[in-house]
Amino acid sequence: MKLHITTAIAAVACATSAWAGEIAPTQVAFDDGQVAQSLSGAPGDPVSGREIVGSKKLGNCVACHAVGDLSEVPFQGEIGPMLDGAGDRWSEAELRGIVANAKMMFPETMMPAFYKTEGFIRPGNAYTGKAADETFGPILAAQQIEDVVAYLATLKE
Amino acid sequence: MKRTTQALGALGVVLFSASMGLADPVDDTLIINEETEIVTRTAAPAHISDALDEVMSGWLFRGAETRAMQADDFDNPGMIFVEQAEEKWASADGSEGKSCADCHGAPEEMAGVRPVYPKWNEAAGEVRTLEMQINDCRTTRMGADKWKYTGGDMVNMTALLASVSRGMPVDVAIDGPAQSTWEQGKELYYTRTGQLELSCANCHEDNYGRMIRADHLSQGQINGFPTYRLKNTKLNAVHSRFKGCIRDTRAETYDAGSPEFVALELYVASRGNGLGVEGPSVRN
Ligand code: HEC
Ligand code: HEC
Repeated sequence: MKLHITTAIAAVACATSAWAGEIAPTQVAFDDGQVAQSLSGAPGDPVSGREIVGSKKLGNCVACHAVGDLSEVPFQGEIGPMLDGAGDRWSEAELRGIVANAKMMFPETMMPAFYKTEGFIRPGNAYTGKAADETFGPILAAQQIEDVVAYLATLKE
Repeated sequence: MKRTTQALGALGVVLFSASMGLADPVDDTLIINEETEIVTRTAAPAHISDALDEVMSGWLFRGAETRAMQADDFDNPGMIFVEQAEEKWASADGSEGKSCADCHGAPEEMAGVRPVYPKWNEAAGEVRTLEMQINDCRTTRMGADKWKYTGGDMVNMTALLASVSRGMPVDVAIDGPAQSTWEQGKELYYTRTGQLELSCANCHEDNYGRMIRADHLSQGQINGFPTYRLKNTKLNAVHSRFKGCIRDTRAETYDAGSPEFVALELYVASRGNGLGVEGPSVRN
């Protein structure tokens, strides 16, 4: 068992080092809720970000937020504020911090942390109801976070 | 031109619903078979009055068609399972050759039982759910095998026992020996579980009335259980629903019938003290 864990960690370490400049979920530096540096080391793609925000299988942000620009996506939620104008209200570093771990900006918020892997109570293996296993990772990958941030930055009023 | 109008229309809907804030549950009265009025909305019991002013049945958060189905036993698909349970009620099973009816008489004799469960059992020294009590009768009095906690026979029997108490107010005791179990359930209710770090309260206390994607959030009350869900076209036990909601927080769930879920059930039931028993209810 111990050997198993060590191997898993080694594998993760290798995988991470494959992309130079990627910041691991446990290494993200928050400053006043903001994250200055790109998590993937690369710029985000707003077209991909738009899909992630609207897709149930990816970010599913529309479960809680309405986005006028995504009018083709039915059933948008009312839990969080509407995201129209988010690109005016927040800087890129603020948006990155909010998406990576919103609780750094808004303590106690209901919004889940999308780039976090530690500190959970009874973490599960996605939506199976079973315990998390060694495949457990952040809800969105570093580049997906960057893509979402790039998309949010385009939401201007 | 037409496309523009449609797009604007869609946007209008989004803007409207988003600005509505805490949407009200419908203003409607549930009367079953034109005779049994069910309390679907009442003042919150004292022990949760710091969190809620009013408690409301999930029925008030469902659409007109779903609400209508529950108001008439001929339209309520859950009643088919009640009929199946009536047969089991009268059939002998196990080494003692006894049926439920041999000890308890007609199912109607059990009116008043559902509203007070989960309930402290002095002899066993534990809080028991209705399912636990049913299995205790099966094993110790009938010499029969236990039913699976959320299996068909069990959920049907709980539907029968709920149906004969319809309209009676939920009234579980939370003091005395049940108190520590209740406290444990309360703790679970407010614990933010899973990778999404959501507690029952995040959805059902802070955001009832709002939409979470396609779902209109209710207060997550259990006065209507078991519920016939249009989504899976069967009766659903309370612990199955708890499992589903916890799974949706990307968490490892507890098992049906586990001490954690028994405690959670007592606590959630107590949040609905005063609401009428509705089971089997209809939900989507
Ligand atoms: C379970 C609900 C939930 C989900 C899912 C969710 N959010 Fe949020 N979000 C909130 C809430 C609630 C707030 C308000 C912050 C607070 O609690 O004060 C918020 C705030 C925000 C804000 C700041 C809003 C503003 O303009 O002031 C942004 C930007 C944001 N979320 C983006 C996202 C993105 C992008 C995703 C998906 C990757 C997402 N959210 C998923 C609930 C959610
Ligand atoms: C991520 C949001 C979310 C969380 C967290 C959540 N639920 Fe739910 N729950 C729902 C949705 C959506 C429904 C279906 C609509 C409704 O009835 O509210 C539902 C339905 C229910 C129902 C059925 C109500 C009825 O009238 O049939 C119960 C009971 C319930 N939840 C209890 C709980 C309990 C207990 C917890 C915590 C262990 C919990 N929920 C956590 C979203 C959630």
